[in-house]
Amino acid sequence: MPEAVIEIESAKSDETTPAIYEHPWPVRFCHWLNAVALFVMVGSGLQIFRAFPSFGAKVPQKNLLDWPKSLAIGGWLGGALQWHLTFMWIYIGTGLFYLGYQIFSGNYRQILFTTRDVPGVWPMVRHYFFLGPKPPSREAYNPLQKQAYTSAIILGILSVLTGLVIWKPVQFSWLAWLMGGFHMARLWHFLVMWAILLFIFGHLVMVVLHGWNNFVSMLTGWKKNPDYTPR
Amino acid sequence: MESRINERKFKRINRRELLKLAPVVALGAFALPKLQAPLLKAGLGFSDWASALLFRKGLLAPTYADSEVAPIEKFYVNDYDVDDPGVDFDKWTLTVSGSVQKPGDYTLAQIQALPKIRHNTRHVCVEGWDVIGSFGGARLSDFLRVIGADTTSRVVYFECADDYYESLDMATALHPQTLLCYEMYHQPLTREHGAPLRLQIPTKVGYKQAKYLTDLKVTNVLQKVGYWEDQGYSEFYGL
Repeated sequence: MPEAVIEIESAKSDETTPAIYEHPWPVRFCHWLNAVALFVMVGSGLQIFRAFPSFGAKVPQKNLLDWPKSLAIGGWLGGALQWHLTFMWIYIGTGLFYLGYQIFSGNYRQILFTTRDVPGVWPMVRHYFFLGPKPPSREAYNPLQKQAYTSAIILGILSVLTGLVIWKPVQFSWLAWLMGGFHMARLWHFLVMWAILLFIFGHLVMVVLHGWNNFVSMLTGWKKNPDYTPR
Repeated sequence: MESRINERKFKRINRRELLKLAPVVALGAFALPKLQAPLLKAGLGFSDWASALLFRKGLLAPTYADSEVAPIEKFYVNDYDVDDPGVDFDKWTLTVSGSVQKPGDYTLAQIQALPKIRHNTRHVCVEGWDVIGSFGGARLSDFLRVIGADTTSRVVYFECADDYYESLDMATALHPQTLLCYEMYHQPLTREHGAPLRLQIPTKVGYKQAKYLTDLKVTNVLQKVGYWEDQGYSEFYGL
């Protein structure tokens, strides 16, 4: 029963608290599984990057940056590859399960940014910059949130595709060609990671700003005192 | 669709919903020192199993025009210990054993008598760098036919003059681009690139392409997999 408001009766008084079921369990399950998987993928990926921190030629090698070992996972290249090649299956599996669920349940409408959301973008931008009132909403997510989550999913798909090309440039040579070759795929993979990290940073800031009830909704599915009235 | 429930029931529902996420906690097993190594080994094993499934025998690795080949000075020399194990070329032979009809010592001339393949392919190192090089040699599959190898065996195992060792799954060993390579850049292999004979496999990562070959064994059982594999690197690592 997604997005149905119920009233919770207090045991002590006559007051009631509205609550809404916002996230079905597959979404929450994938969210947390993916959070762990992404953490490991980024950490081990950076350790792998340390083995050749460049996007140019090997001879002469010009290092791009010296990423600290303490902020990486795996300890050495072989160890990091074990983490990366293990968790990539969890990451891909979670992603496929999530996409399948969203599509077949119709729950994708909650976050998919479509042309219908375009008119709502500007009022929301004005609100975020303290230039306008908060536009009334009848949905869990405003147009900017939908735009962010839709982008995150696209970035997730790109991270897998670019990774597949680096892992298997021969079996996926057509994909490698699409990405401008093995060299470029490695660069895309790296840039997509930073884009995902940027999303996560913004996501965490917004989670803090939106408070406890919002956070709990990703654990139990229920959000108390929602700041919108569903259609 | 509005309804009312009391606080206790709501809390019970919430607890049940939270419990559905419990399997995520199982990932915590990766943080336990005792379980970490076996779990990662299993993960890498699964990855190798999937890699073998993804490998297509008939699919050729991309080849490149001479103009795209990096000059040999830019072809990085990577060894695990020495650039030159001091092979005596006059006395060198490839010693063949295992599930073959004609075991024994084979000379470089015998290998060079096989049809010569030349191609420009991409060499990809596990570290992440890559270089397009020019290679020449005999197909390993042709040589396996000459020695009468049982190609239903699981692997071809190699030993090298520098004590490096490697093993190759049979599907890759039979791939038409897998070479017993004795030339790079139209010149006899130099010592630092693995003279007189090395593996050159466009469908495998660099460390599978052993240099200074001395022994070849066709077998189903391996005591050791490969120098890097035995330290925790992927066994299949097909590109």
